[in-house]
Amino acid sequence: MLHFDSVAARYPRQVLLALDGVSLDAPVGRITAVVGPNGSGKSTLVRALLGRVALERGAITIDGADVRSIAARERARRVAVVPQRESAAFPLPVRELVALGRHPHLSGFAGWGAADEAAVRGAIEAAGIGDLSERSSDELSGGEWQRVRIARALAQQAPALVLDEPTTFLDIAHEMSVFELLSSLARGGIAVLLVSHQLNLVARFADQIILLHRGVVAAAGTPADVMRGDILERVYDWPVVVTRDPAIGAPSLVPLRGRRS
Amino acid sequence: MVGPVSRRFVLVVALLALLLAVVAVSGVALGTIAIAPRDVIAALGGHGDPLTRSVVRDLRLPRVALAALVGAGLAMSGTALQATLRNPLAEPYLLGVSGGAAVGAVLAVVAGATAAGIVPLAAFAGAVVAVIVALMVARAAGGRADGRVLLMAGVVVGAFANAAIMVVLANAPPNALRNATWWMMGSVAGAEWPAVRALAVYVAIGAGVLWSNARDVDVLTLGDEPAAALGVRVERTTRLVYLVAALLAAATVSAAGLVGFVGLVVPHLARATGLRGHRALLAAAALLGATLVIAADVLARVAMPPAELPLGAVTALIGVPFFLTRLRSLR
Repeated sequence: MLHFDSVAARYPRQVLLALDGVSLDAPVGRITAVVGPNGSGKSTLVRALLGRVALERGAITIDGADVRSIAARERARRVAVVPQRESAAFPLPVRELVALGRHPHLSGFAGWGAADEAAVRGAIEAAGIGDLSERSSDELSGGEWQRVRIARALAQQAPALVLDEPTTFLDIAHEMSVFELLSSLARGGIAVLLVSHQLNLVARFADQIILLHRGVVAAAGTPADVMRGDILERVYDWPVVVTRDPAIGAPSLVPLRGRRS
Repeated sequence: MVGPVSRRFVLVVALLALLLAVVAVSGVALGTIAIAPRDVIAALGGHGDPLTRSVVRDLRLPRVALAALVGAGLAMSGTALQATLRNPLAEPYLLGVSGGAAVGAVLAVVAGATAAGIVPLAAFAGAVVAVIVALMVARAAGGRADGRVLLMAGVVVGAFANAAIMVVLANAPPNALRNATWWMMGSVAGAEWPAVRALAVYVAIGAGVLWSNARDVDVLTLGDEPAAALGVRVERTTRLVYLVAALLAAATVSAAGLVGFVGLVVPHLARATGLRGHRALLAAAALLGATLVIAADVLARVAMPPAELPLGAVTALIGVPFFLTRLRSLR
């Protein structure tokens, strides 16, 4: 569905490449997770997809079409992205924030139709924010904000969904509910590409993991392939042990105290 | 926001249009010679005695029309700037855009380039330079994302523009052009129909471009990356809005000098009506801006007769306390 092919990207006036030949494939029905230390290029993948940073080499394709060859509005109908940062400059009711997800579907003077209304209602329901829909955005907690933004992305009704660290600042319950939501969306036939710092949750929920390190893929495969002590120690430059999650037996990372000499 | 034309929109616009009509009629009626509203309406229809008709149609009406267009232009400029810069204190005057426009206009007039249309174009060039300089200063000082830095950059650019106007006018032949007070404090006195028509064209162009990009502006208030994610061409739309805001500021400055704070106050009033979405907000802001500047001009005429206060002084007396109450919203 969403395919990165040997993508290299560099920020203006930077010597080093932020991404240097990264390839990955996010298929329909699966959660594909991108993990890695700070500055490894995770968010750059998302910015490159949005055209916010130019590609030096390689290509990003959606269903075989190069994102650079399709109009921004068309791209937004094919892939919904929840970027890392956002703050509404002027407070808006939650329902209207979600309704902005229909922006790529509205054109010119074409009015707001029944399909738009249904998409917004469905997105609010799927994200479980029905109780928030009359609230104003400046009254939302961090967790509520994230769910509203996911609802807005769902209102885009795109077959692919990309999220950049959607559970930052969320407590355990909210974090779990976001992961459960992504899991059910993937089962429902969406391609989910998730950028995250939460290695242990990713190991439980993702079908495949891509570990980035300094702009290159350090490891890729199933959670069991990637969540290995030797790989993670090298990439994160910190001593770790990998055990088994007692609940479902997924690999689980435990960072150790004190830096290895 | 993106929904159908709401009942609230129809209601708010109808009420604001009514308010504008009432204030506009008072604007024609009040002045050195007070004219009864009944006679104003008769004169507008071409009836009544010739003196009243002449005062109404040749003196008061162009003045009210010019004030309305200045208000509408500045209010739409401020609404668009606040949204795209995501800064509730952004407006053409405080960002130095109006100041830059005034420098351009004054230079054109002093250089003798007063042929029709040249002064607004020179003002537009000055406004664009001011926008670019303010954004560059803000970026150098820590990023335009910080509203306070951008505002400071704009105030500095505006102060420089005022100084430049003073210097240029000090060397200009007397009586060759309007005086420094006219440029720096604004006025719609002595308005004539050709100037009104010229401004109307610019305001209509600006309104049309902003209106047709209003949905993109709605999304831009979320931030550059969320807007890009929703299919907005961020750089293109942002640049276009800056250009139109500069055009509106330039056209109003050419017609009436520097009238500050209208672009600041009115967008907040428009949002306070409960309207969402920039198509609705721009319409409400245009009506409210027109009303506010006509009212300010009436106040300027009747506050201390026979003296007439500068229009920009009246809007500043209203705008500065408002600015202070809103300062908290910047973090």
